Amino acid sequence: MLPLTDPEVRALREDFPLLTGTPAVYLDSGATSQKPLAVLDAERDFYVHRNAAVHRGAHALAVEATDAYEEARRIVAGFVGGTERELVWTSNATEAINLLAYSFSNASAGRGDQEAERFRLGPGDEIVTTELEHHANLIPWQELAARTGATLRWIPVDDDGALDLGAAAEVIGERTRVVAFSHVSNVTGAITDVETLVGLARAAGALSVLDACQSVPHLPVDLPALGVDFAVFSGHKMLGPTGIGALWGRAELLDAMPPFLTGGSMITKVTMESARYLPAPTRFEAGTQRVAQAVALAEAVRYLQAIGMERVAAHEHELGQRLAAGLAELEGIRLIGPAPGAERMGLAAVDVAGVHAHDVGQVLDAAGVAVRVGHHCAQPLHRALGLTATTRASAYLYNTTEDVDRFLAELAGVRTYFRVAG
Amino acid sequence: MSALDAMYQEVILDHAKRRSGEGLAAPAPGHGSGESHQYNPTCGDEITVRVELAPAPEGADPVVERLSWEGEGCSISMAAASVLAEAAPGMTRTELVELIGAFRDLLRSRGTVAPDEEVLGDAAAFAGVSRFVARVKCAMLGWVAAEEALDRAG
Repeated sequence: MLPLTDPEVRALREDFPLLTGTPAVYLDSGATSQKPLAVLDAERDFYVHRNAAVHRGAHALAVEATDAYEEARRIVAGFVGGTERELVWTSNATEAINLLAYSFSNASAGRGDQEAERFRLGPGDEIVTTELEHHANLIPWQELAARTGATLRWIPVDDDGALDLGAAAEVIGERTRVVAFSHVSNVTGAITDVETLVGLARAAGALSVLDACQSVPHLPVDLPALGVDFAVFSGHKMLGPTGIGALWGRAELLDAMPPFLTGGSMITKVTMESARYLPAPTRFEAGTQRVAQAVALAEAVRYLQAIGMERVAAHEHELGQRLAAGLAELEGIRLIGPAPGAERMGLAAVDVAGVHAHDVGQVLDAAGVAVRVGHHCAQPLHRALGLTATTRASAYLYNTTEDVDRFLAELAGVRTYFRVAG
Repeated sequence: MSALDAMYQEVILDHAKRRSGEGLAAPAPGHGSGESHQYNPTCGDEITVRVELAPAPEGADPVVERLSWEGEGCSISMAAASVLAEAAPGMTRTELVELIGAFRDLLRSRGTVAPDEEVLGDAAAFAGVSRFVARVKCAMLGWVAAEEALDRAG
């Protein structure tokens, strides 16, 4: 598959109001992506023409709004190889992981029927995550362990920030009940060997949870084919609006899980004493939902599909390699993650010798290059690398090779500015 | 001068490289001292500041003997601690509290207050930082620690 050419990317950029007419280089899409006009229009169009409460009310507008909401679910679920039965809307990926953790926690407290027993955790059980996780895929599991008496364990990283798969085979064992890991690290840009980890989880009879926030926007992803039980991703990192994300799960598991948030819309029969719940996904969508955001996210998916995820991935592969190769040539720059030539996504984090990441980011910002500085919500990984903060450039389909070169050129001058290089 | 150069003044870059007061110093016997650790969760910068006071008669305003610190952070936070470590010795507790207050006012001004160099000395160089709201916390980190350490020093 051919990567996008710079002229093609420049044409695409015309769709993004924030990226047109400004010389700014936006290389912070790992944090959040910019939005094409079609997505903004879709959200507005919903409010202008179809706004009504969904799954309640019998008037024509309510039916139309419900159709739009459920059509969005089909489109987004299909984008990751799933069906509408398997996709739960959440506010973001963080909420999706918390939904899982709190549902398991509720099961552990005895909620749910017999089917929910498979989610019950207690002393002696183990939850496994990894040392490179975003805090969103760590803290909910810490809290779940604390609530249930289960033990949290993790797969360590080596000195380069790569997952130690040899250690994984020792960490994941017969006590393991849940294995939660990232598809792509938001710091190293490395792609996780999902097959190996899913194989270990399955052999242990454990549930697997994939944090797909950094993969679904950038790669063709088929979640059922990956063999995971659950996956989460966020809308705003894939050209969609903020306030919408998703939990994907195997339908039989979702149906067996007790709810997390409870209230209106997710019930069948309610008495003063108790309530019965709808099957998934509605079971997990209590209260008024993010309808306009779901519709806009579906539009973002259409936009990505029109380009083709294979081409998006090929483009970002090219940008990632250009970043890595360029960074490796700069003096005093430590590239985190895969070496040039090795597989990486279109992002790269670096440590600049003698200059703090915030100072690096400030100089780049003054030159019109927007990057992320800090720990990128991955403090344990940074600690394992012996760092507190790094500078990360993360590209998307609207970045050109020129953007990457601008970043490299500005970064090359940073150590001189701070007088740590001649 | 660009806004960037106005923030990264010579004085600041110098202090960031040749830091005064770095390394926590043990207080002399009989001297009062206080210590405070501050952490900036957005960038992970941290600092521990120790303030040592010379013995003073009962009721008198004690004089700062030494201000030492150790920490890790950006050039702004490290330079700000270094500047303070040079300024504080010889000041009375009251004078140091006033200096910290003046520094805070300057940094919170978003570039609207011209620094009083007579009061602030080298710390006046941080006027440019006040225009970068995201960096104000960096500059204040060591100074907030000093304020608390002073409070804790008997």
